[in-house]
Amino acid sequence: MPALCKTNCGNKAKLKRPKTGDALCKECFFSAFETEIHFTITKGKLFQRGNTVAIAASGGKDSTVLAYVLKLLNEKHDYGLKLVLLSIDEGITGYRDDSLDTVKQNRDDYKMALKVLSYEELYGWTMDSIVKEIGKKNNCTFCGVFRRQALDRGAAQLGVDVLATGHNADDIAETVIMNVLRGDIARLQRCTDVATASEGAIPRVKPLKYAYEKEIVMYAYFKQLVYFSTECIYSPNAYRGYARAFLKDLEKIRPTAIIDIIHSGEVLRVKENVGTRERGVCERCGFVSSQKVCKACVLLEGLNKGLPKLGIGKSSKVNKMREMKMNPVVDF
Amino acid sequence: MMTSECMPVTLEFGGGAELLFNNLKEHELQLPNSRIWTVRELLIWMKDNLIAERPDLFFHGDSVRPGILVLVNETDWELMGELEYEIQRKDKIMFISTLHGG
Repeated sequence: MPALCKTNCGNKAKLKRPKTGDALCKECFFSAFETEIHFTITKGKLFQRGNTVAIAASGGKDSTVLAYVLKLLNEKHDYGLKLVLLSIDEGITGYRDDSLDTVKQNRDDYKMALKVLSYEELYGWTMDSIVKEIGKKNNCTFCGVFRRQALDRGAAQLGVDVLATGHNADDIAETVIMNVLRGDIARLQRCTDVATASEGAIPRVKPLKYAYEKEIVMYAYFKQLVYFSTECIYSPNAYRGYARAFLKDLEKIRPTAIIDIIHSGEVLRVKENVGTRERGVCERCGFVSSQKVCKACVLLEGLNKGLPKLGIGKSSKVNKMREMKMNPVVDF
Repeated sequence: MMTSECMPVTLEFGGGAELLFNNLKEHELQLPNSRIWTVRELLIWMKDNLIAERPDLFFHGDSVRPGILVLVNETDWELMGELEYEIQRKDKIMFISTLHGG
């Protein structure tokens, strides 16, 4: 039989917290979970009174819990924030159209404004049409690059001060591992930041940075929050899948592994002259980029010119291709 | 089999795990009462009789794949003995996947 809650509140424990090993009842778990997010927000100074904050909402577990908790904390601690939902419609039939229904439910339940921005209106291409063009290999590259920029554009259109994303502790630990495996020093430096600001872009914050996936799912379950949990119909990001499976195996043996890896990412420092690059703005679209022309514009150029592989792979290769006036005989 | 010889148990699936079980979120089972059922044995039974597709996305060794949460009567199985928990009549066992994207 389960133990009693560790706080001596007298209730039966309902879950074991992975981060601390504590057995807690529902109410004490809610309180611990919310308080930690409040602490992440205040310690990292993620918001300022009067800010309008866009929550990047996919209808999945993370953004659903993020919207719920931000609304709750905003009221409880009087942050003085205006919260709005921002969703990106990638144009994936049977996937995103369904998950957007969940976001609309969030809009009604939490009484927040919702803006939906589609790839089609931004880029003239849906993911369905991109996959028709390029097949199921590399399509996640297009989707990831376009989504990142689409969120920036949507946030700009809404005139918000901050964009909050639902990245959780597991996501960030996965990203640390992936950046180590790929030797991506620039991203390794940035990926654990709780807030990122760069010129020309709206600051992004990750209030769930220290929240374990297990706790997010348990919180949603105990609170009966409705979220959408179907896999994308186009092949999932295989590389991340491996990092994820590895991380879950580690967590099974040692639950603090996730926080430990985030900590490693935070304290890793590289010599100043190694691999980092100044970030500026794209000369074509004006959104943030570390290259002269941003990845989204290069990918789009490739699609529109019938060279969809342009932009897949390293930027140096792309530059070479473009210098060679895009010789169409390209084999990667 | 007569009802008295069976043990009613409810299995529930969520977070995307239901997709592997014919997209059904709830399964009512009658387990034969002739033996003691632990979660370990239930999982073996589920592997042989219940899962509809891609068992490797749900099972791992003699347990569930890491990242699938298990609750016994609304309580984290990590507090209930995990695989060794002895299933009782009318127990509700819930499997929630955390592995599906957000």
